[in-house]
Amino acid sequence: MPRFLSVKPDTRLITLPWSTPLAEWPTDTLVALPRGISRHVVRFVRVGREVYAVKEVIEHLARHEFSLLRDLERLDTPSVEAVGVVVGRVDPHGEPLDPVLVTRHLQFSLPYRSLFTRGVRQDTVNRLVDAMVVLIARLHLIGFLWGDVSLSNTLFRRDAGSFAAYLVDAETGELHDKLTHGQREHDLQIARTNLFGEFCDLEAGGLLDEALDPQVLVETIESRYRELWNELTEVEEFSGTEMHRIDSRVRRLNALGFDVAELDITTDFAGSTIRIQPKVVDAGHHQRRLLRLTGLDTEENQARRLLNDLDYFRALTDQQGADESIVAHQWLTDRFESVVNSVPSDLRGKLEPAEVFHEVLEHRWFASERAGREVPLEDATQSYMRTVLGSLPDEKIALSSMASMGPLANPYDPSQGYDDDEETAPYDPWEDDEAAAEDDAAAVPAGFLDIAALRARAGQG
Amino acid sequence: MATVNFRDATRVYPGADHPSVDKLNLEIGDGEFMVLVGPSGCGKSTSLRMLAGLEEINQGSIYIGDRDVTDLPPKDRDIAMVFQNYALYPHMTVGDNMGFALKMAGVSKTERQTRVAEAAKLLGLEDFLNRKPKALSGGQRQRVAMGRAIVRSPQVFLMDEPLSNLDAKLRVSTRTQIAALQTRLGVTTVYVTHDQVEAMTMGDRVAVLKDGLLQQCDTPLNLYDKPRNLFVAGFIGSPAMNLIEGKVSADGIHIGDYVVPVPRETLARASNEQNLMLGIRPENFTLGEANDGIGIDVAVVEELGADAFLYGTVAGLHEDERLTANQITARISGRTPPQRGTTVRLRIDPEHVHVFSKASGDRISPDNAR
Repeated sequence: MPRFLSVKPDTRLITLPWSTPLAEWPTDTLVALPRGISRHVVRFVRVGREVYAVKEVIEHLARHEFSLLRDLERLDTPSVEAVGVVVGRVDPHGEPLDPVLVTRHLQFSLPYRSLFTRGVRQDTVNRLVDAMVVLIARLHLIGFLWGDVSLSNTLFRRDAGSFAAYLVDAETGELHDKLTHGQREHDLQIARTNLFGEFCDLEAGGLLDEALDPQVLVETIESRYRELWNELTEVEEFSGTEMHRIDSRVRRLNALGFDVAELDITTDFAGSTIRIQPKVVDAGHHQRRLLRLTGLDTEENQARRLLNDLDYFRALTDQQGADESIVAHQWLTDRFESVVNSVPSDLRGKLEPAEVFHEVLEHRWFASERAGREVPLEDATQSYMRTVLGSLPDEKIALSSMASMGPLANPYDPSQGYDDDEETAPYDPWEDDEAAAEDDAAAVPAGFLDIAALRARAGQG
Repeated sequence: MATVNFRDATRVYPGADHPSVDKLNLEIGDGEFMVLVGPSGCGKSTSLRMLAGLEEINQGSIYIGDRDVTDLPPKDRDIAMVFQNYALYPHMTVGDNMGFALKMAGVSKTERQTRVAEAAKLLGLEDFLNRKPKALSGGQRQRVAMGRAIVRSPQVFLMDEPLSNLDAKLRVSTRTQIAALQTRLGVTTVYVTHDQVEAMTMGDRVAVLKDGLLQQCDTPLNLYDKPRNLFVAGFIGSPAMNLIEGKVSADGIHIGDYVVPVPRETLARASNEQNLMLGIRPENFTLGEANDGIGIDVAVVEELGADAFLYGTVAGLHEDERLTANQITARISGRTPPQRGTTVRLRIDPEHVHVFSKASGDRISPDNAR
């Protein structure tokens, strides 16, 4: 009987066909969502209104990943939510099956395979690359060595015209107190190789825009990472007459979306040279402020956009002197909620509320430009709902973008590639040996050291 | 290709009260397959990561060939971490799946093709080069992953528990393949595992670590036949060596009512210790007659074809002593195995008795014993 290890169990998961290998699950439980490639068997299942990702993997890895994902959640790092591990699976013949790790499908998320398609704008690619870089840097800041940085292990969410990246796969991850320079370099090296391979794969599958060069893309990722890391951690030295540089550094970090929780400031004896170095920086500067003021939990750039609108609202209503939290409450009901509530119910799955608000603001700006006057928010909202939102793909669960991925051999498993028939497999002498080795292995109990064989081999040598 | 030298290499984690790797001295020969083995927390992975450049070296140094790499970043060390967490790219051919990293490194197309073809030949994948990986078996996928490391032709291969992600069946076949490939390639390889059977069957030499300290580095047979201390004696071998405490007498060591003969010169090396530890491998016991051998109360007999495993405790112990007594394991002929509940005598050839100091754990018997 399977055992469920879970913190927040969803009882509807219990009735899934656990005694069947995942690759053979009946398709009526599955959802074909676009995703990256994977070594393991991974499927999406729909249970009621929830979608879960289930991955078949050996037990120690399943448990390791489950606890790491929970650590990442606790540390407020963008990652998928671990739901549980199912162990003790056996098939109807009593043969054991690998355990399964269950994670919640990240709503409104987009895998790279549906983003890096033909015709993708260079600007979009830059934003995706930036999102990836911010994720790697955030993970490194908390001491997380990913060990398998790749696009396949990342999901993207829209973030006020940019993207926010989430970690999906923590199987190879390790949480340390602090990463060494070598560990970060190692992660970067893996990132370069994996991303290069993934871009080449998209290229080979005719899915990468011809204007994009895999080599340039990976170099950009590496250089952007270094720039960001330096800004986040580097020592800055200046003369005692330039004290404003302390404030500028903090502002620059805030603009990048980071809060400085601890800044190390040292001076020489005379006080003529100042040396500063951020010691503790936390991502989510705008996110936290917006959450505190309004209770809205959004991505970082969305938060920045919403906060800008809050400032604008304050000026508009002439409340600069009023308590910020009171104005924020007014803004929430008068502006944010009035826009979001006017989304017709059949269009709610198109975009997240904060992204809709951002889009309406954009729409309004363009409309005002065209009209040569300020278009009221209500009018812009109506126009946006009427002319734009309805024509967008549904992204709550991004099914439609599967169409862009070509004729897959197995719609539930993009790792299988296209459905291009190949003749029978060539002869592989090693597989014959392997069969023989398996027979040998079966004759010897597992974990038994065959010292006679070792002596014989040493004698021959 | 190159040698690898750890010279007093030490790693202390911030806040830790003792080093994770303590003054490691290890010389790895050119083309050698060196396995680092030990229980969890022994420092084997840390040592490998120090070599890879992932862990700082607080004291000492590491050389690859005659280059001091102690402070070099990972990418400048000319090493390849054989990465078992491979993903095969579905739209690329097997050949491109093996050679894409060379393309990134700016290696010319002709050179890439040559290296990929060589690796494919070595891996028995020649006929698969132009195919997509879709239909490959688990084992073939493993080989493509190995191919990725091979085409880079690094000076040293590093492998950190590469088989731990595989199921039991694939583990045994991949183990054999890695060892065979390493022999053919002749590239210096450092391999980390917690599994002593894996270590013993794969390594040219095996370095056993515990608590950050190197216990012994030797050929698999020497580790088995001449363990330098109690830890190595107990760690290497499956089923494990029996370690039994006995009282020293003039011509041997008392175990129950039997005196295991031990040469006087060996006993003389045990400076005034009253009790010593005896190490006897399960296969070195034979069933003895009457009073010839250690008396054992048989608890369980497990028959396995030509052999039988006998488990029991030293006979004639008091009830409370029996509870704490070590279990004795003997591998004997399966033709006429004794019954459980009986008492038998187990004989040992003096040459197969390993004697250890109880105080220091060090080996006392001379190295010709096995």
